[in-house]
Amino acid sequence: MSQEQEKSATTTFEPLVRLSGKVAVLPGANTDTDQIIPARFLKKDRAQGYGQYLFHDARFDEQGNARQHPLNVETWNRPVILCVQDNFGCGSSREGAVYALVDYGIKAVVGTTFGDIFYNNCFKNGLLPVKLTPSDHQRLSRALAAMGGGALMTVDLESCTVSCGSESAGFEVDDFWRECLMKGLDEVSLTLSYEDQIGAFEDSYGKQFPWLRRNVKASD
Amino acid sequence: MRQTLFQKIWSSHIVVPRQKGPSLLYIDQHIVHEGSFHAFNQLRARKLSLRHPEQIFGVPDHYVPTWGRRKEDAATAEIANMITQFDVNMQWSGARHFSLHDARQGIVHVVGPEQGITLPGMVVTCSDSHTSTHGAMGAIAFGIGQSESMHVMATQTLWQIRPKVMRIRVDGPTGPGVSAKDIILAIIAKIGASGAVGHAIEYSGQAITSLSMEGRLTVCNMSIEAGARLGMIAPDDTVFEYLADKPLAPKGELWDEALRYWQTLRSDDDAQFDREEVIDGREIRPMVTWGTSPDEGCAIDQSVPDPDDIHDPMSREAARKSLEYMGLTPGMRLTDVTVDRVFIGSCTNSRLSDLEEAAKVLRGRKAKVPGIVVPGSGLVKAAAEAKGLHKIFIEAGLEWRESGCSMCAAMNGDQGKPGERIASTSNRNFVGRQGVGVRTHLLSPAMAAAAAVTGKLTDVRTLNGVQS
Repeated sequence: MSQEQEKSATTTFEPLVRLSGKVAVLPGANTDTDQIIPARFLKKDRAQGYGQYLFHDARFDEQGNARQHPLNVETWNRPVILCVQDNFGCGSSREGAVYALVDYGIKAVVGTTFGDIFYNNCFKNGLLPVKLTPSDHQRLSRALAAMGGGALMTVDLESCTVSCGSESAGFEVDDFWRECLMKGLDEVSLTLSYEDQIGAFEDSYGKQFPWLRRNVKASD
Repeated sequence: MRQTLFQKIWSSHIVVPRQKGPSLLYIDQHIVHEGSFHAFNQLRARKLSLRHPEQIFGVPDHYVPTWGRRKEDAATAEIANMITQFDVNMQWSGARHFSLHDARQGIVHVVGPEQGITLPGMVVTCSDSHTSTHGAMGAIAFGIGQSESMHVMATQTLWQIRPKVMRIRVDGPTGPGVSAKDIILAIIAKIGASGAVGHAIEYSGQAITSLSMEGRLTVCNMSIEAGARLGMIAPDDTVFEYLADKPLAPKGELWDEALRYWQTLRSDDDAQFDREEVIDGREIRPMVTWGTSPDEGCAIDQSVPDPDDIHDPMSREAARKSLEYMGLTPGMRLTDVTVDRVFIGSCTNSRLSDLEEAAKVLRGRKAKVPGIVVPGSGLVKAAAEAKGLHKIFIEAGLEWRESGCSMCAAMNGDQGKPGERIASTSNRNFVGRQGVGVRTHLLSPAMAAAAAVTGKLTDVRTLNGVQS
């Protein structure tokens, strides 16, 4: 993006360049967004914080007592990185899943594959989803297991590497999203700076596909 | 250059191309619902308004009560507030919308096609993962989050990375008792819940093209359950005939012009796909899920699998956990599994033909377990009542409700009790999806009706008088 476009962009989250901190390991593939945040909490106002609802029904029973869960283990308490399994964040498009992770204090989720919508939602909220190859993921998971609870992990967005103890692995993230995260940039103001292109596109598009011009009033 | 259906539509929507990474993509139509309040809050906080209110459409569905059409009918005051908030947001936006009391209200993915809001060749978004449904019209349609929803409303565009394209060909003909739902459950069971992550799916083959419009919507609806970004089917006469009389479809000369373009929307011969899968539709039998991921399913005449037989350690462990949650024993016959409740509805299976399939099974029979039938829209409800289907459901002992997402999303208060087992025509069997501790078996409308009649998971083909 150009310098001018960058200037007009708004910062809506903390820039993320390098992150070092406690990591919690979450077992099981296909953790869907219903598990990350059950549907009944989605009508809550974001202002009150969604962190309390993170993995709610897996962490607490119906009486509110803590269940056996990685986030309820003292040594793993309040991690900033979550190490997850295949297809994390599949299912519903609810951005509440990302709100819950972010509000809880998670800044990076390290896995192999992610649900596509969840993956996109992460970048809009300053959360980094790290895609490792299955073999790198396995290697780092073994290192984490050997270190036990309270293990530390470092995620470096500049060099695109994750490290844990003596093990490290590279990961790929698209340059566009990477830049947005590292600068805390928000796409909307960036897009608004393309006003001329959008207007020109609409002019020629409307001529090409005239049946798509809909002048429907809200009351119709 | 030879192009796929997906490439043709995608390339005509690029506003700002980028060599690598996301391009700025034009969005023809965006759809919102009550859950979109976060996006409206973001718009207001940033003092932004809608760029094109006429290209945004809203209808409440996730939280609406199904036993009445007033917000006072909502299960709780907090839920009622979601409906009030929706009306306030829509009035603020100036966008076209149907309120709860409107006779045309319904589930976003039923109303969109029904009103002709979605047309072939469009790029359609909605803040709901089952937006893939609309791909059955020959459109690129995908679910987005709240921040992206705000972005679309403010700019009518979205930064998107082009997914890979995968073709799934399902050869036919399919056998008796096999519906669109069975086809898509069989596909998901084969390729897995993450089998199509990062991909757009184009469905083709005789088993697909011989489906009705409604059947195609069912197939594309569950593309997301295979991890796909979207699903689509090349538009043909089935689509054009369906669209011809829809309120927002073009009319007169514009229709003729549109039709000429729509007829070009198919993958060129020898177009290259990133991946191809072929499924023999003749092998597909009525399906049911046994686990807590939509890919944990098999034919109804099979037994609950034994996790010990699963080679991959991660899948084995997942299957073990699923069976524990589902309260099933490896090796037991699926037809021996008793159910406590049935749910017929959702954006997957709540259209007129779905209700007709269920009614065929229920006609003259009594349900052994309680259940609700929730039409996908007010118009579907009226059409079903004109055919007398509601009487069949009520006489069988099932409840006939007003339209909404109901027990699929289980956000409006329609939900099961802990430990209950539900035969459900919805799309997700996730842990707790239909209520805390509730066990969900996904199946077709006819299979759900059969389960209601016997109180057990049942092979609909074995019920007398069902198959012609």
